[in-house]
Amino acid sequence: MTISANHTAPQQASMAPTGNALSETAKKFGISAEDYMLPARHQIEMVDPDGRLKPEGEQGTEPGHEYPLPGDAELLAAYEQLVVGRRVNDQNSALVRQGRMAVYPSSHGQEACQVAAALCLSDGDWMFPTYRDAVAVMTRGVDPVQVMTIFRGDWHGGFDPLKHKVGIQCTPLTTQLLHAVGVAHAAKLRGEDTVVLAMCGDGATSEGDFHEALNFAAVFHLPVIFFVQNNKYAISVPLAHQSVAPSLAHKAVGYGMAGERVDGNDVVALLAVLDRAVKLAREGSGPLLIEANTYRMQAHTNADDDTRYRENSEVAEWRAKDPVNRMRAYLTDRGLLDDAVETRIVEHAEAVATQLREGLSEDVPVDPQELFRHVFSAPTPQLKEQSALLADELARDAASASQEAGK
Amino acid sequence: MSPTITTSSEANGNVSAATARAAASAAASAEATGPQPVTMAKALNTALADAMHADSSVLVFGEDVGTLGGVFRITDGLTATFGEQRCFDTPLAESGIVGMAVGMAINGMRPVIEMQFDAFAYPAFEQIISHVAKMHNRTKGAVKLPMVIRVPYGGGIGGVEHHCDSSEAYYAHTAGLKVFTPATVADGYRMLREAIDSDDPVVFMEPKKLYWSKDLVDLAELRTAHSAAAQAGTSSEGRAAVARPGTDATLIAYGPSVPTALAAAEAAALEGRSLEVIDVRTIVPFDDETVAASVRKTGRAVVIAEAHGFASVSSEIVARVQERCFHHLAAPIRRVTGFDIPYPAPKLEKYYLPGVDRILDAVDDLQWEN
Repeated sequence: MTISANHTAPQQASMAPTGNALSETAKKFGISAEDYMLPARHQIEMVDPDGRLKPEGEQGTEPGHEYPLPGDAELLAAYEQLVVGRRVNDQNSALVRQGRMAVYPSSHGQEACQVAAALCLSDGDWMFPTYRDAVAVMTRGVDPVQVMTIFRGDWHGGFDPLKHKVGIQCTPLTTQLLHAVGVAHAAKLRGEDTVVLAMCGDGATSEGDFHEALNFAAVFHLPVIFFVQNNKYAISVPLAHQSVAPSLAHKAVGYGMAGERVDGNDVVALLAVLDRAVKLAREGSGPLLIEANTYRMQAHTNADDDTRYRENSEVAEWRAKDPVNRMRAYLTDRGLLDDAVETRIVEHAEAVATQLREGLSEDVPVDPQELFRHVFSAPTPQLKEQSALLADELARDAASASQEAGK
Repeated sequence: MSPTITTSSEANGNVSAATARAAASAAASAEATGPQPVTMAKALNTALADAMHADSSVLVFGEDVGTLGGVFRITDGLTATFGEQRCFDTPLAESGIVGMAVGMAINGMRPVIEMQFDAFAYPAFEQIISHVAKMHNRTKGAVKLPMVIRVPYGGGIGGVEHHCDSSEAYYAHTAGLKVFTPATVADGYRMLREAIDSDDPVVFMEPKKLYWSKDLVDLAELRTAHSAAAQAGTSSEGRAAVARPGTDATLIAYGPSVPTALAAAEAAALEGRSLEVIDVRTIVPFDDETVAASVRKTGRAVVIAEAHGFASVSSEIVARVQERCFHHLAAPIRRVTGFDIPYPAPKLEKYYLPGVDRILDAVDDLQWEN
């Protein structure tokens, strides 16, 4: 592999003080570096819970924090993915209840974040998701059944991260943010214009790797977008126990990067903010931190009982802010969505649900020898011995079973 | 050093094959020919430089590895030669260093990272255990992590606490990590090159008390031998070495304990006892064959390690030898290890570290009367 020469261009000098590039980006917007780094006073929101476009003065924008409305085609595509994502979430939860999947951490209620995170990226970009981001991974183009393999229980992961430029769905909190930083760093050294979107939740911002990842990305001036879905709970623990910062987006300032808050149930605002972040990062702004204000509508997983730590009234309040209904109302009102289009989209969602039911209902054959095959690039003598031991055990089991059958 | 990017062709990363060859031969010609006294530190440093010349995806980073050249000077001169893109200092954060290396390895690089001291690697434990060790397996080989985590380890240097741990068992216990530890200068070069070439992640444990020990080696010859072996696809990985042949008992040691075992064998020879010394070299994968062959031959064995004995690499070696050599044993296998105490303060470490006398006492206990 050859590292290309063009990363020596001054704007890409990884060791250069990042303050300069930050000031350069701030200058583009005619504001101070401090105003560029600090989130706008209010979160960015464009379409209200009833599906009405907010007047420009009420979108939370301010000088340097302006966000153009995404195009109609992008919004319609996003809506389609919202409907599919919701159907997938609910289908998977049903499959868990039927015992077809071991567990499914649903992103029901967070579909706008899931969809926008995938749609804002280009083909060459990378995404590093968490265990709750299956819909984002799927929206990125990974086969739905492959995405759910981690929860089906026949292997830890079902898709090829290199092929899809999507990291493994990560369970240890925020460890994947550092992988995102490394992928971005390698791409930058080769002079590629890759942008990396690194996802985590509100509770995860307490982890040490969150700090290390943001700091590394800022110090090395890397095109990483840290996308925090603040869904208000880390299993049972509310955000107030994780942080007393003015907002999670405000943490950006401490690292010397720009932060922004956005209504996480408004896919229009999410796309607007993320699209701009991707563009800025690609142009050399360095990393950004986006906090999406959303809500985990269901329990942490099927094994959790959320009535022990939150009121039904709180959940009901958020149900009224549903991201799918809001977008349906908005697009219908705009004349972009009619019954025919809605029917086609619902059929698409149903087809994906069918694919999941069929794919996850299969009694997947497992190969016990696979256990030894991938620990290293080639099995060690010890693994070969253990593999032979298991093969022998299974052969004897099979022999005695056939003997029993012959009796 | 100025923070701006150097503009030398190698700093740009445009290391063409011709440039690499020229640089390698220049480096070779600058060295005196024939065996010379060389330190382990120099051998490791040369291995890093040669690997960086040979492959522009090899990157070196960590704490103080750039301008300073590492607190042990193992990365000395690499930034000057290869530029700040390829050998650079990171913020002080070990999890960050390992986690970023994982991402770089995912994206086509071969990072060689330095944990400044054994005990300073612990903040990176989660990254190492949950990702470095498991990525290949969980992706069924789709994602390889060709990365090397260099860990200066062990005591005997009068270091203060947290600077002298023998942490090899933590890594050896974790499925998916290879664990190498050289004991000779030539192995320092050879094994580091092989670790960097490996498509699997390697925790490379460097016995810091051996950094300044010198052997007579010919670095140019080692370089040529490595190239030939790499081309032929052969490697010394997973092969223990017979550091000293003998017939009466086997001393099994690795890393910092190998010179101690050799000294014990030398002393035993004066008393008329012929001890064979096995240098384990790669803890993972472990060379059962060489170790068991030696113990079958001698019928007696002592395992020596600086680390605490309880639930350790030394206990694993005893178990493996016992399973394979039981009917050849004339005596129970003995161990000489560190005590099960936190690593002692500098003035007390001589009581802790396995020494020649303690090894000879263990050898004396091997039921010679039978």
